[in-house]
Amino acid sequence: MPRTPEAATVTPLHSDMPSRPGTGAAPAIVLEDVRKTYGRGASAVQALRGISFEIRDNEFFTLLGPSGCGKTTLLRALAGFEHATGGTIRLFGQNIMDVSAHRRPVNTVFQHYALFPHMTVAENVAYGLRRLRRPADEIAAAVAETLRLVKMETFADRRPTQLSGGQQQRVALARALAPHPKVLLLDEPLSALDLKLRQAMRQELKQIQAKTGITFIFVTHDQDEALSMSDRIAVMSDGLVQQVGTPTEIYERPANRFVAGFVGDANFIKAAIMSRANTEVTCKTIGGLELRADGKKARAGQRDVTLFLRPEKVRLGAPGQGSVDGVVATLQYLGNACLMEVDIGEATPLLVSERIADVDQPRRAAGDRVGVKLDPRSLQVLEE
Amino acid sequence: MTAQDDIVPAAALPGTKVRRAFGEVPGLKTLAFCFLAFLYLPIGVLVAYSFNEGNIVMVWTGFSTDWYAQALADADIRKAAMNSLIVAVSATAISTTCATLAALALARGGAFRGKVALLGLISLPLMVPEIVTAVATLVFFSSIGLRLGLGNVIIAHTTFCIPFAFMPIRARLEGMDTTLEQASRDLYASDWETFRLVTLPLLMPGVLAGAMLAFVISMDDFIITLMVAGAGDTTLPVYIYSMIRQGITPEVNAVSSILLLFSIAMVTAYWFTTRQKPGRNIH
Repeated sequence: MPRTPEAATVTPLHSDMPSRPGTGAAPAIVLEDVRKTYGRGASAVQALRGISFEIRDNEFFTLLGPSGCGKTTLLRALAGFEHATGGTIRLFGQNIMDVSAHRRPVNTVFQHYALFPHMTVAENVAYGLRRLRRPADEIAAAVAETLRLVKMETFADRRPTQLSGGQQQRVALARALAPHPKVLLLDEPLSALDLKLRQAMRQELKQIQAKTGITFIFVTHDQDEALSMSDRIAVMSDGLVQQVGTPTEIYERPANRFVAGFVGDANFIKAAIMSRANTEVTCKTIGGLELRADGKKARAGQRDVTLFLRPEKVRLGAPGQGSVDGVVATLQYLGNACLMEVDIGEATPLLVSERIADVDQPRRAAGDRVGVKLDPRSLQVLEE
Repeated sequence: MTAQDDIVPAAALPGTKVRRAFGEVPGLKTLAFCFLAFLYLPIGVLVAYSFNEGNIVMVWTGFSTDWYAQALADADIRKAAMNSLIVAVSATAISTTCATLAALALARGGAFRGKVALLGLISLPLMVPEIVTAVATLVFFSSIGLRLGLGNVIIAHTTFCIPFAFMPIRARLEGMDTTLEQASRDLYASDWETFRLVTLPLLMPGVLAGAMLAFVISMDDFIITLMVAGAGDTTLPVYIYSMIRQGITPEVNAVSSILLLFSIAMVTAYWFTTRQKPGRNIH
């Protein structure tokens, strides 16, 4: 086993190549039925229950899910800190299941940074390259370049404890990037930062990924982070992958109720399917509403299907103008939008988000009667 | 009412225990001072009379440092002091190494059978009466016929120093974040490099504290050394004891004061190394 990861020779740090997912020949990572079980016998806990998907080269890939869904376990299995109990993990075609953490050309940005407190910023960043026995001048150049990339070049001689949380975050990123890994793993790196800083760092992480051309695997439970940064997202729950897709696919075409509910707000309406024409079906809800919806795989006569609708896809008008009339039950004013619960006679009121864009837009108030317009293309039959 | 009055005293905030200031409990202050006087007055007197000119211990005749000069010139005292130093340095080095390895095995070696029992076994010597350890060691050495002279003393000291060195090292290690070691491995460091470059430097304050504690304990030991040491292997505390039996002169005071100074220096150094330095904390 060579000590040196080939990554450094493969990817220049400042590549002019734009970040285009899927341009690399081999997938960066291929997971085949990866399993992880803690403990034995009756008390065994299955953290990963057969994970299979591919991560492309030069991709910003996000593992999204609630805490305990197995996303961090999967990341640690990729880093080599956990030994997967089943399946195969391939890194650019090579099976790395039995490769120990310090020989994997993969670096991690830890959630709480894990900077070495007894070393300066520059020593922290140089650490990986020193262990790879790179020549001193090359290390010095790489450290300077990486610190410039994360805008921390003036802090090289500070100790990590003399830095703010955001600065430590940048140093942790620089330390992991300096050895030019083939894949960079980021374990909820923004969760310890305050909101403004977190939003600024999203943009910057995305830019750094594009500049370096390194495949980023980003773990988060924050759907906004996932949607705004990722090329593709894997939504996980309960040790399984629920859906892999682009942010648009995940948000607009969720594969199942879990994905629809976890990413963004959603309305779920129970209904039975009456008839179908092409991809459009006519359904009848429990409340007796007759609605047209989008459902490729739905069959006529199917009962107990779930219709899914994003709150911002609902349009409100004057009573009698929509598919159904309703009454505004509750109302939250959010400045740029108004979040309402509209009672349309179903089991649960309809969640509606209305953007406040025009000056002369009618102001809603609780108790108003409104016409609710439901576009058949945004109302989808969810696959169970 | 000024703005100042609005500030709630810290003691009145919920969750903060309202504590009486020191001295509010009647008689506590007096008792505390009596206690401290009882502890330190004899030591103060001992040191004071080491500067007495005359050769009768409790009769002050004038200031002089002659007894120090005499003590330092005494070949037997110098030999005993040298022995003490050799024993303390050797026992400290060996016991600190053993304690560090034990702490690493217990804190980083993962789960293994008998881990809790092992922890107990390492700490137990702290509870065993010293005279029991002393007799046991003596019987053990004579039954296996071990006659290494000062070597016997070093072995005995090493064994009782291990738990003292172990405690601060383990405390430090338990408080250390394991993700630092993971980060090191992630950055291509082998296990040995991780230990040498990350674990050990961060553990160093604990190791130093353990070593100093072991040194002081070894330096001051009397009972075990008295049992184990042969004729030529007397250490300073044992020598002082033999001096007293021949009649107390201020020379004894002088030697004791030197030993005391040494111990105080070590304890002070221990305090400074274990104190959390601001800005160097480990999460």
